[in-house]
Amino acid sequence: MSNFTYPILLGVIVGTILRMYMLRTDYRQYPTYLHGKIIHIALGFIATGLGSVAIPAILNKDYTAVTFLTVAASQFREVRNMERNTLTELDSFEMVPRGKTYIEGIAIAFESRNYLVMFAGLLSTFGYIIYNIWTGILAAIISVIIAKKLMSGGQLKDIVDISYAKPMFDDSGLYVDTIYIMNIGLPERQKEVLKYGMGFILTPKNFNARTTIANLGQRQAILYDVTTALGVYRDSGTPALVPLAKRDLEDGRVAVFVLPQIQNEKKAISIIGAVPTLENAIRMPSKRLEREGEIE
Amino acid sequence: MNLEKYILASITTNPSKVAPGNGVFYCENTTEMENVATNLEAILDGIAHKIGEEVYIIVKH
Repeated sequence: MSNFTYPILLGVIVGTILRMYMLRTDYRQYPTYLHGKIIHIALGFIATGLGSVAIPAILNKDYTAVTFLTVAASQFREVRNMERNTLTELDSFEMVPRGKTYIEGIAIAFESRNYLVMFAGLLSTFGYIIYNIWTGILAAIISVIIAKKLMSGGQLKDIVDISYAKPMFDDSGLYVDTIYIMNIGLPERQKEVLKYGMGFILTPKNFNARTTIANLGQRQAILYDVTTALGVYRDSGTPALVPLAKRDLEDGRVAVFVLPQIQNEKKAISIIGAVPTLENAIRMPSKRLEREGEIE
Repeated sequence: MNLEKYILASITTNPSKVAPGNGVFYCENTTEMENVATNLEAILDGIAHKIGEEVYIIVKH
């Protein structure tokens, strides 16, 4: 056995455990089927293996071995493609689709998690090699903390205030608070909508948030998350019963209209609050304004 | 070009409001109009929208 066997082993174990831990947390984003999990754990194992051998390779003066990492990079880009394709295919069969922005966000997360795992493997092996197993474990703990921090993005409740508002009809126009949602003509449908419908008003806390929640992908993500958690009163052939999110052009508030099967205001508000702010939807116009201020 | 929304049928109690053609249904009264609209909504998989008191349209979204 070479000097590096145990350090590499530590790196691989840490990385694989970290990948398992990260799979556990994304219950909303991924169908937690066994086969899906196996794919990602196996890829995580490969990633952490590659990360772990990098330092020993350098110490052995096998500098070219590091080019393996580039192979890994292209491999994990493939993971992103795979996730994107699968989820896009499945999206058309969802009662309420995830939307392209959400899917892209999930795909990016899956790719980047493999890099985090790789990094964790590299760091723990390095820690072990420079001193002893305890520094290796310390490095592992640090990398887990870093991974956790990088992994968890912002949540909607950080950027908006959420309040309940009962949907109502003005003639055939459906409103949540003062925001127009859609035209529903039939009195029968109107009754159903009033019975099952719930409305929520998202008031942005600042100007950046206003642009972020205006993003159609972000709004679809809200509808999807609420639907997954609370169910939806809808079927194919009832297109009138559709959850929608519309925007108040005046002040940037967004009205979310949903038809959950579990009518629980508090739960719904906490679910909307926990919706991730999609990184592709985040806009920061005030940053630009600040910079322009600097120029002048 | 892709059409995203289009009118599948119009239902009215006032023939002067909608020009005759395929997919136009004339009804005697409001109750009949609502029944026809409900049926067509289910059949055509579109949404029944109310355009004024006398006209419904079924729109595919």
